[in-house]
Amino acid sequence: MKLKELESLMQDIAPFEQPKIELEQYPTGPHLASRLLFAVANSYDEFDGQTVIDLGCGTAMLSIGAAMLGAQHVIGVDVDDDALRIAQENVDEYEDPLPVDFIRCDVRQVAAQARLQADTVVMNPPFGTRRKGADMEFLRAAFALSRNSIYSLHKSSTRDYIQRFVERELRASSAEVLAQLRYDLPASYTFHKEKSKDIEVDLWRFELPPQTDRS
Amino acid sequence: MKLLTHNMLQCHIKGVKNGYPLKIEAEKVEEREQDYEPDFLRHIFPRINWDALREGAAAMGIDDLPESASEELLEDDEFLKKFHHALLEVHLEEGALVCPETGRKFPVSDGIPNLLLQEDEC
Repeated sequence: MKLKELESLMQDIAPFEQPKIELEQYPTGPHLASRLLFAVANSYDEFDGQTVIDLGCGTAMLSIGAAMLGAQHVIGVDVDDDALRIAQENVDEYEDPLPVDFIRCDVRQVAAQARLQADTVVMNPPFGTRRKGADMEFLRAAFALSRNSIYSLHKSSTRDYIQRFVERELRASSAEVLAQLRYDLPASYTFHKEKSKDIEVDLWRFELPPQTDRS
Repeated sequence: MKLLTHNMLQCHIKGVKNGYPLKIEAEKVEEREQDYEPDFLRHIFPRINWDALREGAAAMGIDDLPESASEELLEDDEFLKKFHHALLEVHLEEGALVCPETGRKFPVSDGIPNLLLQEDEC
């Protein structure tokens, strides 16, 4: 699938009805989502035939994209009931059933699900501006849930910190910024005075050390 | 929720030792066709807890899975089709997942299990 096609597919996915500030429910824009998905599918071929977890899935833009790009099983995880309801509706829009399941779970509790794992984790976590450290909680959970790789978006201003954090605390075997993107943060919150605000965002890819199967 | 997802879930309440597998209380089950991909079934098989799958399938009305399964069966088309159907095509829409140790129920509504823990549970 071409990047343009992917982006226009992403545009059809319904956003949050009323974004919740405390959860930093910025919608993953079609621009960011399509670039993340494109990197996983085209640069690394890590969707086709694989299992995927979309952590903090919101309205399921990344889950749907992963399924359309060949993932055989996707689990979208989110804490918010309202977001999951829209996510399920978005998945149900497709005539051929997409292999996407959802579970409601808190990112701080999900690592205790010791058997819950996927080949690849994708996420657009909160930037941690409302609840400090939320972005690191997502990274910590992602490293518990992934078997091979993690793709994530973080503010470019946190780049050095993240590099150290994943290498020292999370035992990443590699951590690489694939691209720097501009996040056109829409004025979806009333406290944002300007119409929209550009933020520099890094698209990261992390790898985990190999592990053995258990069942 | 598919049985593949169920196979990966446990009761994660603090202190629970035997929170796996979660028992399925099925109120509404749906079947939806999914593309048959033998390569994916072989890919995922080593991670599947067979007893949990078989027990979960039985709770959803599927009782044609063999008692045990091994790598050799992954070349058997008849087996793979049954495995595929149970793992990916049977969905729990309404019901609950029940912890075998504590009896704590995690409700499933519109196919989505609610695994949120209360503060005193984590």
